[in-house]
Amino acid sequence: MLVLTAFAITRTNRLFSSVMLAGMFSLLSALLFVVLDAVDVAFTEAAVGAGISTVLMLSTLALTSRVEKPSRRPPWIPLFVVGMTGAVLIYGTLDMPNFGSHTAPPQTHVSPEYLSQSPEDIGVPNVVTAVLASYRGYDTLGEVAVVFTAGIGVLMLISGLKRRRRRRPEGDKREDA
Amino acid sequence: MGSHHLILRIVTKFLVSTIILFGLYVQFHGDYSPGGGFQAGVIFAVAFILYGVVFSLRQAKQVFPPWLVHKLMALGVLIYAGTGVVSMLLGYEFLNYGAFTQDHPSHGQHWGILVIELGVGVTVTGVMVAIYYAFAARPPRISDEEW
Repeated sequence: MLVLTAFAITRTNRLFSSVMLAGMFSLLSALLFVVLDAVDVAFTEAAVGAGISTVLMLSTLALTSRVEKPSRRPPWIPLFVVGMTGAVLIYGTLDMPNFGSHTAPPQTHVSPEYLSQSPEDIGVPNVVTAVLASYRGYDTLGEVAVVFTAGIGVLMLISGLKRRRRRRPEGDKREDA
Repeated sequence: MGSHHLILRIVTKFLVSTIILFGLYVQFHGDYSPGGGFQAGVIFAVAFILYGVVFSLRQAKQVFPPWLVHKLMALGVLIYAGTGVVSMLLGYEFLNYGAFTQDHPSHGQHWGILVIELGVGVTVTGVMVAIYYAFAARPPRISDEEW
């Protein structure tokens, strides 16, 4: 179904329906994450991917147009890039351990330590939260800073111009005074 | 928005409170069940965005004014980094939550996680709502027939 939705996104040229299909795609991949027992990731995917980004895409659509422009150039270069990326990704999966394998690096490296130590060290039942907030507190601080910076960037790009125009007279007044 | 979409508006009023309640659960129960500050922040933001979509941007801005949103963005980072500074002032390493309860380290971890998750949640809520305001403030009003 994921693949079908992806094909539908590429085939349609009404942008509204492709935004809706992208939301469906997010929801489907959230279900996939649930199946893989990554409930935290599924949660995030459903809320961010299917919820907020759909609304943001719709507001972007309202800013631009609703129908895709037909492209004039033949799609050989994009096709080549996509094909190469896909081939590299498939090549990468050849080296991956089998699904659920006990000897896979994630199972042998630091996870057993986290899983066995976190009840004593931290006493939080959800190990994901323990790892994110306690063992990797610096990383999470960095992530929050990234979110903050992204927010500021969007604000400056989208609403900055209007505000600067409005503020210009005030600033001039202040300089005079 | 005029007087149409009555059912949509009533349902939204019910949903917004439920969504915020669920967000609070995800926020403060994140160390027991899936979720945490990021997810909770997004859920809070979704509540306000839903309100803004169904009612109007103007009403959403009355409920949750933009200056508050912009302050919240920075406040979350401050809460997070401030936790680290406080633990440093108490004589521990930066972000070592053992600082908060000397006698029982794991309780300190609980408090620390709770506080920094709050910081994450506040920042994410602020950023998401601010981005939505920034996008939605731009376009002209769209009539329903245009879709």
